[in-house]
Amino acid sequence: MNTKFTKILATSIAAAALTATLAGCGKGSASSSNEGSGEIALWTHNAGNPEELAAVQKIVDSYNGSQDKVKIKIQAFPQESYNDSIVSAAAAGKLPCIVDIDGPNVPNWAWAGYLKPLELSTDLSTHLPSTVAEYDGKPYAVGYYDVALAMMARPSDLKAAGVRTATVEQPWTEEEFQDALTKLKALGKWEYPLDMGTAGTGEWLPYAYSPFLQSFGGDLINRDGFQSADGVLNGDKAVSWANWFRGLADQGFMAKKGGKDSTQDFLNNQSAILYTGSWAADKAKAALGDDLVVMPTVDLGEGPKIGGASWQWGVTSGCQNSEAAMDYLSYSLKPENVAAVAKATGTIPASNEAAALIPAFAEGGANRIFMDFSREYAVMRPETPAYPFIATEYGNAVQDILNGADPKSTLDKAVKAIDANIKSNGGYKK
Amino acid sequence: MATTPLPTRRPAPAHVRPAPASSSNGNKRNGSNDAGNNRSAVRRRRPGFRREQLSGWGMMAPAALLLLAFIFIPAALGFGLAFTNARLISPRPVEFVGADNFVRLFTDPTFYRALLNVAYFAVIVVPVQSGLALLMALLINKKFRGVNFFRTVYFLPVVTSMVVVSLLWLFMYRKEGLINEVLSAISFGLINGPDWLADPNTAMPAIIILSIWQAAGFHMIIWLAGLQSISGELYEAAQLDGTSRWQQFRFVTWPGLFHTRSLVLVTITIQALGLFDQISVMTQGGPMDSTTTIIYEAVQSGYRQQETSYASAISLVFFVLVLIVSAVQRHLTREKD
Amino acid sequence: MKNQLLLKNAGTMLVRLLFAVVAVFPILFMLVSSLKPDQQIFGDMSSLAAFLPVGNISLDNYAAVFDRVPAARFLMNSIGVSAVTVILGIFVNSLCAFALSRMQVRGKRIVFMAILATLIVPFQTLALPLVWWVNQLPYFELNGFSLEFSRGWLDTYQVQIIPFIANAFSIYLFHQYFESIPKELDEAARIDGAGWFKIYRKVVMPLSGPATATVAILTFLPAWNSYLWPLMVVQSEELRPVMIGIQYFFQLNVSWGEVMAYASLITVPVVVLFIAFQRSFINSIASSGVKG
Repeated sequence: MNTKFTKILATSIAAAALTATLAGCGKGSASSSNEGSGEIALWTHNAGNPEELAAVQKIVDSYNGSQDKVKIKIQAFPQESYNDSIVSAAAAGKLPCIVDIDGPNVPNWAWAGYLKPLELSTDLSTHLPSTVAEYDGKPYAVGYYDVALAMMARPSDLKAAGVRTATVEQPWTEEEFQDALTKLKALGKWEYPLDMGTAGTGEWLPYAYSPFLQSFGGDLINRDGFQSADGVLNGDKAVSWANWFRGLADQGFMAKKGGKDSTQDFLNNQSAILYTGSWAADKAKAALGDDLVVMPTVDLGEGPKIGGASWQWGVTSGCQNSEAAMDYLSYSLKPENVAAVAKATGTIPASNEAAALIPAFAEGGANRIFMDFSREYAVMRPETPAYPFIATEYGNAVQDILNGADPKSTLDKAVKAIDANIKSNGGYKK
Repeated sequence: MATTPLPTRRPAPAHVRPAPASSSNGNKRNGSNDAGNNRSAVRRRRPGFRREQLSGWGMMAPAALLLLAFIFIPAALGFGLAFTNARLISPRPVEFVGADNFVRLFTDPTFYRALLNVAYFAVIVVPVQSGLALLMALLINKKFRGVNFFRTVYFLPVVTSMVVVSLLWLFMYRKEGLINEVLSAISFGLINGPDWLADPNTAMPAIIILSIWQAAGFHMIIWLAGLQSISGELYEAAQLDGTSRWQQFRFVTWPGLFHTRSLVLVTITIQALGLFDQISVMTQGGPMDSTTTIIYEAVQSGYRQQETSYASAISLVFFVLVLIVSAVQRHLTREKD
Repeated sequence: MKNQLLLKNAGTMLVRLLFAVVAVFPILFMLVSSLKPDQQIFGDMSSLAAFLPVGNISLDNYAAVFDRVPAARFLMNSIGVSAVTVILGIFVNSLCAFALSRMQVRGKRIVFMAILATLIVPFQTLALPLVWWVNQLPYFELNGFSLEFSRGWLDTYQVQIIPFIANAFSIYLFHQYFESIPKELDEAARIDGAGWFKIYRKVVMPLSGPATATVAILTFLPAWNSYLWPLMVVQSEELRPVMIGIQYFFQLNVSWGEVMAYASLITVPVVVLFIAFQRSFINSIASSGVKG
């Protein structure tokens, strides 16, 4: 028994020594930007996404090879928790030089003083407007790509139900959409003919559903000064949106909470119409081949709308070597680099020059339609530092409304919270 | 010292407990006398006193310092923040705002809903989970062929991380998921199960079932340790008296589990009040706030909405609430026995 | 009479089996699904096939997991972090419980109350201030032969270990257990001239196998499953623990087969460890508790 305990003690001493050793070699290098050695850290959201990560790595490698003053070092985080990781690093003052940020959050970051305005040698005017994030009239972040929301269906199903295929020239109207869903439901093939991804959470909710609100003529906030959501998010038009959206669930057209993976459900023939992003197109195409049509979203009055802006790059204000960081960003925005990332991710390349390098996005290509959606319909999520707060309030409101809460009072509640938040932050003025 | 013969292992607590109790009482009396006398008298009477103080504090120090550094200090920091307007990231200076955050909190209907949900969860989970755990422990207490197999299997859900478990059950709770298929099969198609997590009436029960499933094995282990410490002689004696199984449980097992009982009660209650992981993965507080909890609201405000000070205010209120609940529990369990 | 007993035993066994089925079926679903392609996982969902390795079975998902996540590195990190936390936790907490239980230390009552009070603070509410706080703490590293000081524990192994060593619940468990060990043993040892640490080391701890085993399991599980904390304080991929890896699979297109494979991969080691450990755990209870 005594020997047993001596063993335990010996192990703990060994463990203590081990901790010391771990501590010695266990200091990560994620945020260290050793100016002396010319190393610049770059954080990105695509851990677990080998294609995108490899594409970014390739750009970094070629940049590192092109000059010998600095070396860029990538640190990849998983996307789901990227924002949580980076926000706590920011709060602790441990940001790297170059960061990847979800577009709508850029104004919040710029306002908080974590980002420097970009000074690039690249001409951004030919880029898709939704890939450049501006705040206070200055560009703070730029992306290689954007994504677009669309409706996907099987032409065979539409034909069987006698429903017209929607096109960019002639999208479905509210009545047509209602009619299409009624007919599809009548076929009896699906419990819910429509899948809007209602199981989605977080940023998906405002990204996916605020465009419908905007198509009705409402919005998340009054964009004139960004001081209040009153009358915009809880006005008549917003209430009509809420009633319409909830009606889809009440009439049994879609589930209040769909499956965790709406694309997979669609491919398994659990739904007839799938509302999702361009990222699902390649997977759907591979599974369905010619029996797949990509359609614009519904025109609910003000024309079809989709959310603009995806992941974008910025330079932090604490960066000691921002010149080099800007130089890297300019380098990385060369058309061939942009094209490589867009190709790897199946997203819409940010510039026409880059699009020309990808057959699917070149004129007449199979995915060109997403580029059209992006140019024609994209609405930026409100470019205000209040956006992260607005997004969560709106997301909660959407879920409550779907589940039967009174639309007007739910929206009033959201407006009240948003206005209070803006006020308590001094209007988010500099 | 190694020559000192160590007595046989640990004797049954039933026989032992009076002894240490009396010896510690005796020492305590000494201690209070010491305080009254002058120092030289103390030293004369107990030569090891000073050394005992030094070694004692030395032995408590590592744990005490670590708890101070990693719980008390951050908790104090957090409570301080509750009275400011601090944000997670903001260029604005941090200002003292008094009770503003608390005023806001106590006028927020979501907060009351969260309180209600947590109470609902705790009221069901505490008795059901501890009961099932005790039943499981009783089932595998005695030695029989395959006992290790059952012990391991019952403990499996506990070793599976809550994040993984929540993902699995997310699958099973779907409208046409496994749970509903099973319900339909065993009722010959009579029960058409709901879309569990999408219905405000069934979402919390669904979370409750999953939580009990995941954590019961943990408390089974605590019960089991308690059961194992009850002397086998007591059972033998009871058997000689020709008692029934129920009587054995009532008069031998139940009283023998006195300490274990309060331990199980306290741990389940604290675990129930801090409900968070399942909610975060499965429902995000919905539908219609029917599963939101105090901790979930705190994390949601603190990170996603960046309102650090408001989150701290929620934490402070939560802390006070748990304190009250534990005090009441202590009081009740004390009175009974 | 004998028949009745047999019937009773069969009934008990049936209940045992019922509980076993309930306990195991989601885990079985996970293991089985990890062998199937996505399409089939969803297809099999509505039948018994969800629990059976039938159809298109392969280890493809596991191969894909290693392409996507540095799983081996994450496993090593988690094993290291959990093991060190457990070993230091046993030592630090039992030492503290020993002083609280067996020594007449002035002020120990207040210390014990304060320790127990920490039980009711859920970690999530501390996380944000704690991030800021650990980033203020001094840090030293051996660089060649010179000791270098810097500030901030973010992005290290120790930030995943040290805050979780001291634990009120572990102290409580040890304390309860120590209380049941007769104090005459200490006195006998003291008469023989043993110091307090020696009594702790040679008398009390050797008798506390079951408590040690329980504390080990209860410290190991949260260390292995920690998720929120490493998310906030670890930035380098080479230092991340296993739970963070799950997030790697939630890309725009989720591959559920891979999620299940990874989930199995990080669950199985714990189960194996428990099975290995359970034997000594149960044995030590059996030898010390039931006897006597």
